[in-house]
Amino acid sequence: MTKYSDLEFLKLRGGQKFLYRLGRFFTGIPKAIAGFFVTVFNAIKSGCKTVGNEIADIAATFIHGDWKTKLSFLVMGFGNLARGQILRGLLFLLFEAVFIGYMVLTGGYWLSMLPSLGKVGPTKVYDEILDVETTQYNDNSFKILLYGVLTVFFIIAFIYTWRQNVKQNKLAEKILASGKPLKSGKDDLRSLVDDQFHKTLLALPLTGILVFTVLPIVFMVLVAFTNYDGTHNGYSNNLFTWVGMENFNTMLNWEVKSGAGRQSYAATFGEILTWTLMWAFFATFTNYFLGMFVAMAINKKGIKLKKVWRTILVLTIAIPQFISLLYVSKMFAKNGILNGFLMSMGWIKTALPFWEDPTWARFTVILINIWIGIPYLMLIATGILMNIPADLYESARIDGANPWQQYTKITLPYMLFVTGPYLLTSFTGNMNNFNVIYLLTGGAPTNPAASGAAGSVGYTDLLITWLFKITTGPESQYYLASVVGILVFIVVALISLIVYNLLPSIKNEEDFQ
Amino acid sequence: MSEKQLLDRSSDAPMKRHMGLKASRTLANTSIYVLLVVISVIWLIPFICIVLQSFRVESTGQVGYVIPQQWGVDNYQRLFQTDFPRWYVNTFIAALFTAVFQTIIVLCMSYTLSRFRFKMRKPLMRFMLILSMFPGMLTMIILYRVLSDLGLTQANAVPGLILVYIASSGMGYYVSKGFFDTLPKSLDEAARVDGATRFQVLKKIILPLSKPIVIYTVLTAFMGPWGDFVFARYISFGTSSGMNAAVGLYNWLNRDQIEKSYTLFCAGGVLVAIPVTVLFMCLQKYYVEGVTGGAVKG
Repeated sequence: MTKYSDLEFLKLRGGQKFLYRLGRFFTGIPKAIAGFFVTVFNAIKSGCKTVGNEIADIAATFIHGDWKTKLSFLVMGFGNLARGQILRGLLFLLFEAVFIGYMVLTGGYWLSMLPSLGKVGPTKVYDEILDVETTQYNDNSFKILLYGVLTVFFIIAFIYTWRQNVKQNKLAEKILASGKPLKSGKDDLRSLVDDQFHKTLLALPLTGILVFTVLPIVFMVLVAFTNYDGTHNGYSNNLFTWVGMENFNTMLNWEVKSGAGRQSYAATFGEILTWTLMWAFFATFTNYFLGMFVAMAINKKGIKLKKVWRTILVLTIAIPQFISLLYVSKMFAKNGILNGFLMSMGWIKTALPFWEDPTWARFTVILINIWIGIPYLMLIATGILMNIPADLYESARIDGANPWQQYTKITLPYMLFVTGPYLLTSFTGNMNNFNVIYLLTGGAPTNPAASGAAGSVGYTDLLITWLFKITTGPESQYYLASVVGILVFIVVALISLIVYNLLPSIKNEEDFQ
Repeated sequence: MSEKQLLDRSSDAPMKRHMGLKASRTLANTSIYVLLVVISVIWLIPFICIVLQSFRVESTGQVGYVIPQQWGVDNYQRLFQTDFPRWYVNTFIAALFTAVFQTIIVLCMSYTLSRFRFKMRKPLMRFMLILSMFPGMLTMIILYRVLSDLGLTQANAVPGLILVYIASSGMGYYVSKGFFDTLPKSLDEAARVDGATRFQVLKKIILPLSKPIVIYTVLTAFMGPWGDFVFARYISFGTSSGMNAAVGLYNWLNRDQIEKSYTLFCAGGVLVAIPVTVLFMCLQKYYVEGVTGGAVKG
């Protein structure tokens, strides 16, 4: 597809402009994907180069270094201690001692068990004295995997620290050769609230993220390659072990199983993914445009009581979502208030199937999501609308633009430009919007054809609620939940990557400073 | 047509056009008022209904009408015979601790990423972006197992919950980073030239200016635990004394409980909503500032 210059583009008519943009979007996709692979390739290339440089530098440090430096390769921090940097030296030494101690005492065991995830499961032992059979628990696959990953993290940290130790020696030699004094322990401590203050500030947040987000995610990604489930819980019944790509084959398999209503996993996954994307699209854009509309209505010149209208809407944000969602879900129930009201008014004879019919249910969740989402969007849009320079509208009016033209030529482009990144995060956020779906319908109505796959699947189930159902279902197929989680990640990452590259403005964050 | 009539017409015409413009503007404004009233009613109706139904005495199940036939505070009295006070206290404690620690962590994170330029800054931000694309629910299984090894589930769920709420809160730095980005850097630089350390800059210059964002962060952190349902349910695992209000109230709407406990749910919902709403309304200004600022900066 030919690319127009800015001037040529401006000459196009409205419809043509849209078609052109759409065309550019789709022809841009292969390029974006290719760009992704190029980025990955470059990253790998520069990664290899860095490793090579590091190794060369380490070797050079060893060859050219004095005996203190050479000994530091074995005894971490020796160089620091010998050169009078007591604090640093002691910390390095302590870290090495802790590392060696850990590896000898437990780390070695976890690491050696990691390839097998445990060899001996629980065994029945006959107790002669009490004349009963007791179960003796042996290896624990769950702990092996968890601590195995932790040990790998620890080893990486050790390598990094060791490298720092080598670097420090090289630096110290250089500084001493130039005749300057080295930094003392006091200087180091002071720099923690000054030059190196960012390290102090980040220590706590990053530790939390590492332990409670990175470690669990790595663990769960690995679970996708095991057979960890309710009947293989790794401790009290059976051990679990590595199964390679088997779970991905199961999930992406089109084979229909025997028995009625036993749809294949792949078909079920496809159906749920389609609905998830549909839901995310409608939930994002209905909220976006209606929220903007409400904000504009409140902002319009001559409308009084602006604050009151705004406060009424904002009030609904304050009330915890689980209350409003659960209550509204019951309002729409067969014997709920809404049906009761409509019937008592004589407008309908039988209750409307808000939650019983698949199409009705899907429509209703989107509708209720509008009710939930508009207040946020109204707030966001209000802030942005107020930032649009008033003289833009003034000159448009003088040129004879009607309100609709003013909207499509000024308001909408400005809004889209500013909120582009927000729209993207809002889309991916809606894909994983567990609360709205789970509290409103719990996935209902049940989809009988798909329910054989894993857990009971419903027509309003998103991938994320399906994942939850698989986890908490009777069979607890953690490995399948993990596969679904990885697939969700892939979908979200792909969408983000493509849209992000196609956004008109990737704003430079420094612009705001 | 006489000359006079013609004259009248010509003098009338601009007047009429003016009237037409005014009339159409009035019409537009009136229709907007009608729309706003309708919207307000739609947005408020569920909350009015829930309050009204919490005072219903004649029955406890779900009914098709709103206004009680018999008014009374029986439901509120019944609440105190259940585990509801315990759930309430659990949620309140979790919210309080979360508000304090989450604010500290988020501010450390966002201030650092906004003000310092260090080598790992960009990779770190990109890494956290990628992490946030994993569905958080996935980590629930392992966190549950780990917490249960530490004895922080079921009856002791509250400390476990607090730990999980605050541990990863550093990833939600976007809004407050946006705020710090708007504070002029020249402030820091001037102080640094005068010999202040980085810590002193933060304490003496930035923090006093950060009141809006601190309040915003405290407010959102405090509101979070009141609405958390999934993790709280998983971690309390059916033990009533470890539940938070959301989980407890949810169970009252189960199919086998709803006939007995529907009005009880309404009363509990009202009691949960009151403190959060009051707090929110008092600090509304800061919330609005945070939300509008956050979206613009992405």
